[in-house]
Amino acid sequence: MQLFPCPFCGPRPETEFHYNGEAGNIRPDGAQVSAECWAGYLYERSNPKGAAREIWVHATCQEFFVMERDTVTHQLAATQTPGFAEHAE
Amino acid sequence: MTAFRLASGGSAIDRARRLSFSFDGRMVEAYAGDTIASALLAADIAVVGRSFKYHRPRGIWGAGVEEPNALIDVAGNRHGAPNTRATTEPARDGLITRSVNASPNAAADRNAFLDRFARFIPAAFYYKTFMWPDWHLFEPRIRAMAGLGSVDPDWKSVGPADQINKHCDVLVVGAGPAGLAAARSASDIGKSVILVDDQPHPGGSLLHRDAEIDGQPAANWIDGSIAALRQGGHLVLTSTTAFGIYDHNLIGLNQRHHDGRPDTLWRIRPGRIVLATGAIERPLPFANNDLPGILSADAALIYLRRYGVLVGRQIVVVTNNDSAHEVAAALAAAGAEVTLVDPRMDSRLTVSANIRRLGGRTVTTARGRMRVEGVTLDDGTSLPADCVVVSGGWTPTVHLFCQARGKLAWDESRAAFLPGDPVDGITVTGAAAGTVALSEVFADVAKAAFGVAGTSSPRSTGPEASGAIMPTWPRAGAKGRVWIDYQNDVTAKDVELAARENFISVEHLKRYTTLGMATDQGKTSNLAGLALMANITGRTVPEVGTTTYRPPFTPVPLTSFSGALGGELMAPVRRLPLENMHRAAGAVFQEYGGWLRPAHYGGADAEAAIQSEALGARRSVALFDGSTLGKIEVMGPKAAEFVDFIYYNTMSTLKPGRCRYGFMLSENGVVFDDGILIRLDEHRFIVSCSSSHVTAVHARLEEWRQDRFGRDAVYIHNATADMATLTVSGPKAKALVAALDLGVSLDDGELPHMAIASGIFGNEAVRVARVSFTGDRSYEISIRADRAEALWVVMQEAGKAFDAVTIGLEAMTLLRAEKGYIVIGKDTDGTTMPHDLGVDGPRQKRGTDYVGRRSLFTDVATAERRLQFVGLRVTDGEALLATGTHAIAKVEGSVRSQGFVTSSYQSPTLQRPIALALIERGASRHGETIDLQHLGILRRATITGPCAFDPTGERLNA
Ligand SMILES: [Zn+2]
Repeated sequence: MQLFPCPFCGPRPETEFHYNGEAGNIRPDGAQVSAECWAGYLYERSNPKGAAREIWVHATCQEFFVMERDTVTHQLAATQTPGFAEHAE
Repeated sequence: MTAFRLASGGSAIDRARRLSFSFDGRMVEAYAGDTIASALLAADIAVVGRSFKYHRPRGIWGAGVEEPNALIDVAGNRHGAPNTRATTEPARDGLITRSVNASPNAAADRNAFLDRFARFIPAAFYYKTFMWPDWHLFEPRIRAMAGLGSVDPDWKSVGPADQINKHCDVLVVGAGPAGLAAARSASDIGKSVILVDDQPHPGGSLLHRDAEIDGQPAANWIDGSIAALRQGGHLVLTSTTAFGIYDHNLIGLNQRHHDGRPDTLWRIRPGRIVLATGAIERPLPFANNDLPGILSADAALIYLRRYGVLVGRQIVVVTNNDSAHEVAAALAAAGAEVTLVDPRMDSRLTVSANIRRLGGRTVTTARGRMRVEGVTLDDGTSLPADCVVVSGGWTPTVHLFCQARGKLAWDESRAAFLPGDPVDGITVTGAAAGTVALSEVFADVAKAAFGVAGTSSPRSTGPEASGAIMPTWPRAGAKGRVWIDYQNDVTAKDVELAARENFISVEHLKRYTTLGMATDQGKTSNLAGLALMANITGRTVPEVGTTTYRPPFTPVPLTSFSGALGGELMAPVRRLPLENMHRAAGAVFQEYGGWLRPAHYGGADAEAAIQSEALGARRSVALFDGSTLGKIEVMGPKAAEFVDFIYYNTMSTLKPGRCRYGFMLSENGVVFDDGILIRLDEHRFIVSCSSSHVTAVHARLEEWRQDRFGRDAVYIHNATADMATLTVSGPKAKALVAALDLGVSLDDGELPHMAIASGIFGNEAVRVARVSFTGDRSYEISIRADRAEALWVVMQEAGKAFDAVTIGLEAMTLLRAEKGYIVIGKDTDGTTMPHDLGVDGPRQKRGTDYVGRRSLFTDVATAERRLQFVGLRVTDGEALLATGTHAIAKVEGSVRSQGFVTSSYQSPTLQRPIALALIERGASRHGETIDLQHLGILRRATITGPCAFDPTGERLNA
């Protein structure tokens, strides 16, 4: 069982967390977004082998955060709370 | 009589405490401290089981977890357990044990004839033979003839297993010399230590091998070390198996108690794991090497030193390494006639210290039928024997290291896979790392992470073990049946067959031949199988590689994993604050979306009760516990902007004190939830979402808050459980609420439909909301959950004057269906968009963005043939349409579904069936009569609007 560092609670077992998608999947706002662009936002994922940036939520405290981890070795690099930066561009 | 108990000796047993147990119906005498295996050996019971496939007689091979043969089913004075190793199961008074895969018993097995057909049933015989016409025709009989122990379906655990989570600085697996030294060394520098060993007594090889430490017998050093650790507050767990290392150095331990309690599961997260797991002795490849009476040399020494059992009187010791020489000497000293065969020795026969030594030769065949009677050497020499003890070398126990993603490195001189590059947080030491001499083991531990200046490491002052070995592997083309895997009946010829058919990858070899499967997972057999495959295919052993090591190291009872999470605790229901009052009123409870709620009240006839409740609600007034409704507060400077984005409907135009019904969509445009939004003031809203969606809606709100709006802009608080919501609905609702005297003006001008007011009940603030899920005038009264009981009592009391009826969720669901109000997930599915439900305004008019917006304008969303929400009416007097009934259309001769019935009830008020449905293009087909089909029965119905009762909504204000 992996130990994930919730930015709010500290290290907790992975069963308390939910995966919430890839980080950097920026929502394209507006009704004029092209169908391709919107489909990409909804469905297209890179599913990387190795280094990954992901959004997770600690279900017990409801903290959403960005976690950098390796999908092969399960090594954790860092966690941080997502800010407007995730949506800035 | 060959194996027997010596008159004295045996450090594990207490000769003052006799006990007896049964094996295959026969009583066996034993001493406290015996294992089932040591007692069976002492009683000279040679055949203890039948092999998996060929029903070959099999005897005890080992003395620990590696045992492949001596599997027993245990009942009686302990929990029932199938496939328990006799070598690790303590003998207990009154225990009932049975051999596995044998009937009526291991000694006289009626399927023994199978072995005579063995050459017709090699590896994969079943795969190839029983495929036509269908494997399932043959499976039951084959299953009955093959396999291991049997599970008692009536067995029940006496209680839940304990599960304990713990942290420590250093966890040491294995309390042999390396583990004990490592634990003490870690303790000396102030680390908190947990030391675990799967044997009942710590000490490992020191319990039976000759050693002297710091000038004292090893036993003194063991006792002193354990005492020192316990005194230092460290935890020493015996009879405890470290069965798996999981991500981020989580280690799982299963602790046995042997006193009737279920095993205990420990989950430990140490800073560092020290693996001092030792090594397991391998068999030697010669024909018939599986005969009862052939056992591991180390095991023979354990039975002698620990249990006072001499395994034979005329013993041949066969070895290719130094470790068995000590065994030969000990057996001879105990009185056995011993011949030591070691190809590495000089070929002249020498005799000394009661041992005949035969060098330059090795054993090619064992003789005997039900037990070994002698061996033949490669020079043709024939030696009689009642027991053959064997050492083919040692396989380091690297399972846990590999589970932790450690890679192995082949060491040719030691003929073993050793731990390769280090893994973070893990140290491997002792025999598991290929180090056998005690002085080297201690030096190695001192070098490990804890060896800091000032700590004194133990010194070996006695005899030293030697790891010298001449590798001996099975070869292709050998004569006779050379057994590789005892437990799975795999011979050298099976491996050759696999190679011929090109199953040369180790993983294919394993699946094709079953080499290394089942309860022992090839602890004694894997390496020989790999080496043989290497030999056949002209590769080196490391080129062939090993199969993947997976937890558990030894079988772990499922009770350990389930712990207390059974029965009601498996998936706990959420409960209403007023549950006890509902029970007292005769409520019948059901689980709805995780909540335990009254379905209806009283009455053996559920349907009659529901009809009567629904009718009463329309005639007078209904009382309903709606406490499960979501009450998620959304506050902050951007709260209005936030709810606009979250909802499909524009919500920022809502005036304080007012409510609005709306949808929440998913980003794919599908309706995710519906409900009322209440605006308390400029910057404060309450999201009253569906009962079963509270958790999901809350998570979604948090996601958008944290990932889009910012933590300072909006704040969200889920107050669902804080408040109870008690609903009054019906023509007499206003009169009843007035009688409650809540200090609220009920004048429709001041408290119109879709408005809220603050009131007081006793000293408690209440919130009264005029919202309706029945279509009748309704008041939802919310109050602190812990004060709701008093209000409910007063409501019931006041209700008597108005013929009030208390209704459960079933009647409520019926009432809302009469009105055509949807239940998300029942009347909608994973494709339903808001315009399918007739709510197209925001989609057409809203200019600002909201969740799911873009998805409402895709080709799919705007397609003509969408399923749209409608009502269905059958001709008066006909039966209900079954929920799920399909609307059908005949297209070019074949029948196609045009949608389906989502809700269907008998309306007591309308006195006819009502139904809701999702029908293709349904919104434009009102008045059309369509065909429906369910389980072969054809029906007809007319499409209507969803609302069957009071379509103009007059009753909301009646
Ligand atoms: Zn947290």
